[in-house]
Amino acid sequence: MGRYVGHSVKRREDPRFIQGKGRYVANLELHGMAHVAVKRSPYPHARVVGVDSSAAAAMDGVIAVFTGRDFADGGCGALPCGWLVPDTKVPERPVVVTDRVMHVGDSVAVVVAEDPYTASDAVEAIEVEYESLPSVVDARGTTDADAPQLHDGIEGNVSYYWKLGDSEACKQAFAEADETVELELVNQRLIPTAMEPRAAAASWDAASEEMTVWTTSQNPHPIRLLLSAFTLGIPESKLRVISPDVGGGFGSKIFHYPEEVIVPWVARQIGRPAKWVATRTESQMTDSHGRDHVTVARLAMKSDGTFTGLDVETWANQGAYLSTFAPLIPTALYITLLAGNYRTKGVFGRVHGTLTNTVPVDAYRGAGRPEAAYLVERLVDLAADRLGRDPLDLRKQNAIRKEEFPYQTPVAFLYDSGDYDRLMSTAAANADYDGMRRAQEEAREEGRLRGVGVVCCIEASGPAPSAVAGSLGSAVGFWESGEVRVHPTGQISVFTGSHTHGQGHETTLAQVVADELGVPLESVEVVHGDTGRINFGMGTYGSRSACVGGSALVRSAEKVRAKVVKIGAHLLEAAEEDVVYDRDAGRVHVKGSPDRAKAFGEIAFAAYTAHNLPEGVEPGLDFVSFYDPENFTFPASSHICEVEVCPETWQVRILRYVAVDDVGKVINPMIVEGQIQGGVVQGVGQALTETAGYAEDGSFLTGTMLEYAVPRADLLPGIEVDRIETPSPHNPLGVKGAGEMGTIAATPAVANAVLDALRPLGVKHVELPLTPERIWRAVRDAQSAAA
Amino acid sequence: MNHRVCLKVNGEARDVEVEPRLLLCHLLRDELGLTGANIGCDTSQCGSCTVLMDGKAVKSCTLLAVQADGCDVTTIEGLAGENGLHPIQQAFWDNHGLQCGFCTPGMILTAVEILDRNPCASDAEVRHGLEGNLCRCTGYENIVKSIVAAGARESA
Repeated sequence: MGRYVGHSVKRREDPRFIQGKGRYVANLELHGMAHVAVKRSPYPHARVVGVDSSAAAAMDGVIAVFTGRDFADGGCGALPCGWLVPDTKVPERPVVVTDRVMHVGDSVAVVVAEDPYTASDAVEAIEVEYESLPSVVDARGTTDADAPQLHDGIEGNVSYYWKLGDSEACKQAFAEADETVELELVNQRLIPTAMEPRAAAASWDAASEEMTVWTTSQNPHPIRLLLSAFTLGIPESKLRVISPDVGGGFGSKIFHYPEEVIVPWVARQIGRPAKWVATRTESQMTDSHGRDHVTVARLAMKSDGTFTGLDVETWANQGAYLSTFAPLIPTALYITLLAGNYRTKGVFGRVHGTLTNTVPVDAYRGAGRPEAAYLVERLVDLAADRLGRDPLDLRKQNAIRKEEFPYQTPVAFLYDSGDYDRLMSTAAANADYDGMRRAQEEAREEGRLRGVGVVCCIEASGPAPSAVAGSLGSAVGFWESGEVRVHPTGQISVFTGSHTHGQGHETTLAQVVADELGVPLESVEVVHGDTGRINFGMGTYGSRSACVGGSALVRSAEKVRAKVVKIGAHLLEAAEEDVVYDRDAGRVHVKGSPDRAKAFGEIAFAAYTAHNLPEGVEPGLDFVSFYDPENFTFPASSHICEVEVCPETWQVRILRYVAVDDVGKVINPMIVEGQIQGGVVQGVGQALTETAGYAEDGSFLTGTMLEYAVPRADLLPGIEVDRIETPSPHNPLGVKGAGEMGTIAATPAVANAVLDALRPLGVKHVELPLTPERIWRAVRDAQSAAA
Repeated sequence: MNHRVCLKVNGEARDVEVEPRLLLCHLLRDELGLTGANIGCDTSQCGSCTVLMDGKAVKSCTLLAVQADGCDVTTIEGLAGENGLHPIQQAFWDNHGLQCGFCTPGMILTAVEILDRNPCASDAEVRHGLEGNLCRCTGYENIVKSIVAAGARESA
C-alpha cells in the first residue's frame, strides 16, 4: 500500500458533477451552431423507393436536407468492422442508406435546421416511400431454409462460424460420462442504456481545413482513426476528436456510429458548426445492443461429480450489420471463457455469427463473458441437482486449485492467478450459507418458495496483448499510451489514452503517478479524451484502464524517476549509484546522508533551465510509454443471492445479495466497490427486468424507458461487498479489471436462486428475465407435465 | 404565437418569450444556459432533468415552460448557498454517490425533497423515494447511503 494507492481517496472529478457543471456533448454551444436530426426507418427491412424532402426543405428554419445519395456522392465511406474472424462475410453498412433499410432505426435522411424543434418538425415532413420486404429477427431462426436472405453473398445469413477447443477430448468425455446434463437457453438481447443518450457535434475551419468532432465515445483515438481512414476521409493530422464528460457507456459508446460521420460531414457542407443529440428512443433503437444468444449445451461428469466435458453450440445474433467489434464478442470473449473456474478438460465450443433485421449487437458490459458465465453456472446447478449435491460443494470440488496457477485452460486462456476455494469460502462465510440453507428448509416447510443461488465466475479483463488480438481477428492493437509530463514547477500533467465515463480515472491514475513519484496528489492532473492533447490511445472497455493504461503510466513514471536520479545526482555532485530516489518524500538524496538532498521540484526546474545538466542529458522532463500487456488479467468472483418467490404473484424478492470479488490489487477501494455494486445491479437487471423486444414482424417494442425496464433503487435491499486479493503477476500494479465482474456474476447468481426456489415445483428452467408472467407459465407447464 | 413567461430561477427574476410548446428543460438548458438538468429519457422515467419548482421536485422534460410562469425554480446550479456545497452535494461527494454524473443533479434535487419530507428517511424509504430516478452506474447503493447520511447530518 502506498501513500495513495490502496486508499479510498475521494474523487477529484466529483465537484463539477455535483454542481451541474459536467461537460457533456449535449451541453456544447458553438457560435452559429446548426441542429441535426435523422429520419429513421420504421421498417425492419424495406426497399427505399423514393425520398421526397421538398416540404421539409421549404420549411422556415431548415438549412438543408440530405439523403443517402448525398452522403455517398459526397465522399462518405461505409462504416467498417474492426474485428474479423477467418472467413467473415461483412455486409456493407452505409452511413445513410441509399436503397434499402435493414433494421428499425436505420438512417434514411438528415435534416439540418436552426434549432432542434424545427429539425424534428422537418424530419416528420419528409415523405419516404418504402416497399416492405420479408424480415427476420431471431438469432437461430435466421439460418432456417425459409428465412429471407438478407445480403447477397452471405448464404444462410451466417456471417461467420468459429470454433475452439478439443472436440476429440470433448467427445471422449461424453462417451465415458457417468452423468450428463443438457440445457437450451436464450441469453436475451439487452440495451446498454447509458443515462446519457449519444450525441455528436462538429466544427469545421475552412481556412485551415481542420475538423473538430465532439462525440460521446469511450475511445476518441480509434474513432479518429476510423473517421480518417474509412468514413470521413479527413487526415488524422487535421482531425481532432474530443470525448469530454461522457455519461456512462457500458460498451455502447465504443463503436463508430453513423451520426459521428453525419455531423462533421454536415458541418463541412454548410460551413457552420453542427450538433446532434439522440432522443432516448433513438438511442434505444440505434445504440448497439448486447447479448442475444441462443445456445444448446451439455456437461459431462463422473458419478463423483468431476466435470469432464462441456459441449456448446451458440447462435449469436449480430444484427443487421457488423458493428465495430461485433465478431469479437461471441468468439474470443465467449468461447474462451467456457472453462469457467473449473478444471473441465474436454471443452469445445462453436458459434454461428448470424445476421438479422435488428440493431447491430456488440459489446455490452461483460461482453461475451456474462453469456459464458450464465451458461456454465446454470449447467453446474443442473449438475448439482442431478447428482443430489450441494451446489457450492460441487463448485469447490471442480474449481482450479490455487497452486495450479498459472493455469492453462483447454480454450486458449492462461489464467494468471486466483484462489477460488478461498473466494467461495469467504462468500459462504459472509452470507452464512449454512444458515441460509436452514432458513430455506424452514421456509419450504411453511410453503414459502425460498431459494439460494451461488456462483463462481471468471472474467478475462484488460485486453490485450496486441499480437494475440491480431491473431484472433483484430484490426488494431490493444496497448495503451501514458505520458507523464513534469512541468518546470514540479506540477505534473498525466496524459492517458484510456477514457473515464464514470470510472474515476482522474483520481485513480493520479494516485498511481503520485505514489510512483512521491509527490502530493494535488500536483498531479489527469488529462484524457482529446486526440489534440494525447498522442494516441485505445480507450476504455474490457476493464482495461488500470491494467493497461495504469501500467503505461507506471512505465513513464519509471523513466521520469531515472532521469530525476541522473540530474539529482549531478546537482548533488554525487555518482548516480550513490544516490537514492526517496518515494516517500519525493526527493533524491545521497545514500546514508538524507540531508544532502534535492527536492523533486528543484530537479524538475533544473531539467528545464538546463543550466547545469549532466553530460549527454537532454533538457525537459516528459516521458511517454506505450504499454502492451503480456496477458489478459483474470478477475474472479463468488456471489450468493437469497430470494423468495411469491406463490401468488410470482414476484421475485431479493432478500440478500453477497458479493466477494478478486480483482487483484486495488488502487481505490471505494471506487472498486462502486464498480462492483453498479455491475451487480446491471446483472440483476438482466436476470429480473430487462429485455430488448422485437416482435416477430421486426417491430421494435422497447423504444422508451417505459418498455425497457432498467432496475430501480428498490430492486435490491442492498449489496454486501467484500474482496480477496490475488495480485496479477502480469502487470506492474498487480491489478485485474474491476468494471465487469459484478455484471458477470449477478445474472447467474439471481437466476440460480430463483430456480432453486422453484425446485419443489419441478421447474428446471425459465428464460430471462424472470418476470412474474414467465415464472407463472413455467410453474403451470411443470405442474401440467407432472399431472 | 410566443408567450411571455415570468419566473424566478435560482433566485433571479427572468422574463422570457417562448414558443408555447417549449419544454421547461429546454428553456433552462438552451435559453438560460443552465445545463445541469440533463435530459435522459424524454418520457419522465429517468429523472435526470429534475429541478425544484416551488420547492417540489419536478421533471423539467415533462413540463412546458409556460407552466412555470410565476414559479420559483431551483436548478442544481442554484442549490448551494454562499457557503460552498449544499449538505446533500457534500454527502454525494463523501460517499461516492456518483460515477458518470449524468443522473446526479436529478438525484440530488430529488433527495432535497425526500429529506424535506422526512429528514430521518431510512434506507428503504430513500429507495422508495427514488422510484422516479434512474442511475445506470452506481447500483444506487452509494446514492442511498449519501442521502441517508445527509439526512442524519441535517437532523443531528
